[in-house]
Amino acid sequence: PHAGPVESRTEAAMSELVPEPRQKPVVPMKPMGINASLLGYIGIDTIIEQMRKKTMKTGFDFNIMVVGQSGLGKSTLVNTLFKSQVSRKSSGWNREEKIPKTVEIKAIGHVIEEGGVKMKLTVIDTPGFGDQINNENCWEPIEKYINEQYEKFLKEEVNIARKKRIPDTRVHCCLYFISPTGHSLRPLDLEFMKHLSKVVNIIPVIAKADTMTLEEKTEFKQRVRKELEVNGIEFYPQKEFDEDLEDKTENDKIRQESMPFAVVGSDKEYQVNGKRVLGRKTPWGIIEVENLNHCEFALLRDFVIRTHLQDLKEVTHNIHYETYRAKRLNDNGGLPPMTVETEENHESNL
Amino acid sequence: GCRTLPLSAHVGFDSLPDQLLRKSIKHGFCFNVLCIGETGIGKSALMSSLFNTNFEDSPSTHFLSSVRLRAQTYEIQEGNVLLKLTVVKTVGFGDQLNKADSYQPIVDYIDAQFEAYLEEELKVIRSLFSYHDTRIHVCLYFISPTGRSLKTIDLLTMRNLDSKVNIIPVIGKADSISKTELQEFKKKIMSELVSNGIRIYQFPTDDETFSEINTITNGYLPFAVVGSMEKVKIGNKMVRARQYPWGIVKVENESHCDTVKLRRMLCTNMEDLREKTRAYYESYRCCRLEKLGGKDIGPENKLVSLQEVIEAKRLEFCLEMERKEEEIKQRFVQRVNKKAAMLEEAERQASMPVLTKFERVMLMYQEEELKLREKKKLLEDEIAQFIEKKAIAESIQSQVSVSTPVVSLK
Repeated sequence: PHAGPVESRTEAAMSELVPEPRQKPVVPMKPMGINASLLGYIGIDTIIEQMRKKTMKTGFDFNIMVVGQSGLGKSTLVNTLFKSQVSRKSSGWNREEKIPKTVEIKAIGHVIEEGGVKMKLTVIDTPGFGDQINNENCWEPIEKYINEQYEKFLKEEVNIARKKRIPDTRVHCCLYFISPTGHSLRPLDLEFMKHLSKVVNIIPVIAKADTMTLEEKTEFKQRVRKELEVNGIEFYPQKEFDEDLEDKTENDKIRQESMPFAVVGSDKEYQVNGKRVLGRKTPWGIIEVENLNHCEFALLRDFVIRTHLQDLKEVTHNIHYETYRAKRLNDNGGLPPMTVETEENHESNL
Repeated sequence: GCRTLPLSAHVGFDSLPDQLLRKSIKHGFCFNVLCIGETGIGKSALMSSLFNTNFEDSPSTHFLSSVRLRAQTYEIQEGNVLLKLTVVKTVGFGDQLNKADSYQPIVDYIDAQFEAYLEEELKVIRSLFSYHDTRIHVCLYFISPTGRSLKTIDLLTMRNLDSKVNIIPVIGKADSISKTELQEFKKKIMSELVSNGIRIYQFPTDDETFSEINTITNGYLPFAVVGSMEKVKIGNKMVRARQYPWGIVKVENESHCDTVKLRRMLCTNMEDLREKTRAYYESYRCCRLEKLGGKDIGPENKLVSLQEVIEAKRLEFCLEMERKEEEIKQRFVQRVNKKAAMLEEAERQASMPVLTKFERVMLMYQEEELKLREKKKLLEDEIAQFIEKKAIAESIQSQVSVSTPVVSLK
């Protein structure tokens, strides 16, 4: 008999319990994509020149890491890439020196300039990788170093009064040197790339490719690609980061045909057909480093430096760094701040 | 410092700027303009003239109770540059009787854009590279063409904005001032700005390519602008202009007004305006984070302190939320119980009288029945007694009737 009035009284009581919605901040309305038709020149396109001037003034940073067992020609290759002595070649371990117990990380920075563009290039060498008897976990110091650079950047970014341009020591590119065995990847290769491909851009290269014939090279590359795929190793350029169709087409070709690049490095010049070329002299001929018929060095150079350098940095910044940051901020509270290696561990070239 | 190394041959990283620009072009550019000025001073007309496009906008009334801001975004393509232009206009500025708070909604709007960016920046999972930047890059402040001096509201507003946004003062509807008056007016305005310590945007003079032209242009401030939505046929061309009986004011004619100068300056210094906006954002962020309680103590403590603060605040907030939730739950349970009790009581009361009544009636009947039974018994007893007496009497009568005359036994 009292159903009606009682129920509405309950409803009113319920609504008192729901809190008032918070005031929304003032933000602009959703953008209206009106394509305004232009009649007459305005001058908006001058922004390209303005940006170009700005980037030329500020210069660029690029940090490249080389990983691979000793003797694979890492330093030579990097010097060939950048046409200068950016990396000091190790002379191997002589009897007085002890093979280090763990992998060392050595970062050396130089400033190079070309066409008005200034670049601070840092080459990060990893002597000792894969050289010990027991190489389990030899990627750990490398992963630690890479994460430390993310941590450094994060600390600066999180500062209240922060620098306008945060110094970037993050590893933009990691060249991983594969031994030209001709068979398949080694467990060390797989373990390293599996762990590190999630934190840094890895570009696998087949070192000292002058020990393989063209057929052996093609087969080896196919096998390596297959093995990487089977093991779920995403090397740079990663499929999921292709921005648009243009990128995808370009990168698909590189991923499926060219990579891993089979390279030969050299810092010696020889005379071939009246030209001075970089090469390796053998009793059976001169291997021209920059000759695409001889090896794929030129492809690697163009790929890393001339077309994808900026993209390597952007993927590092927008994806790898963001992943690190998100993980770091999520494991908050309990985790103590990471101890960051101080500057003394980095060799400066003074 | 690092040593500079010579290169022995061409490497190819001189293509880096091109690589970077290619990505920027793909991504497009953002530019956000805020126009502050009284209703009817020509904000819409100027924007249309600057970008040579008739931005659709309805004229506003003078009778708004407070200043509001209206924002619209347009996509403009020139060459291979795609510009996302956002035009924000004040609505109702200068119309109120009491203008003491007129600047506040504007300051709040600018801060809200900074806040939105900061919010995105502080997210755990964020996408800054695809974030639509709504921070105001330049503020065009429209001065009324009185020919005298700045109004108090002009000084008040600009003083509250000059630490948050690049201000370029312009004289609106400048075709109503004569050339000589204009020179005096401009001088007066600039000296008033200086004497009031208001910092307006100066076009950069450090780059040698642009330093000369920028220095000259700085001398033209504030820009005397004229805008028009209409076009007039002059010769065989349609030209943006205002037609008067005494002549035609051509918007794009630099001897008629400074509109083209303003356009040129905005375009050639767009990147600098954007960069200076980023600096304003940094100081906003600084203040904001300091208010949150963060401090840059020492190199090792930085990350911890901000995180600690955020975490502490988050915990505090969570606890508060939990407490409030519990409170609300308790209150709800209480109310429900109360209501339930009420309902029960009502039900009981509603049903009680009916039962008792019934019982009472039953009792009544039972009592009646008992009484009647008793009465019946009494009556039966009486009848029995009467029959007995009658029997005795009859027997005595039969004995007497033999010897004596009948005597009525009444």
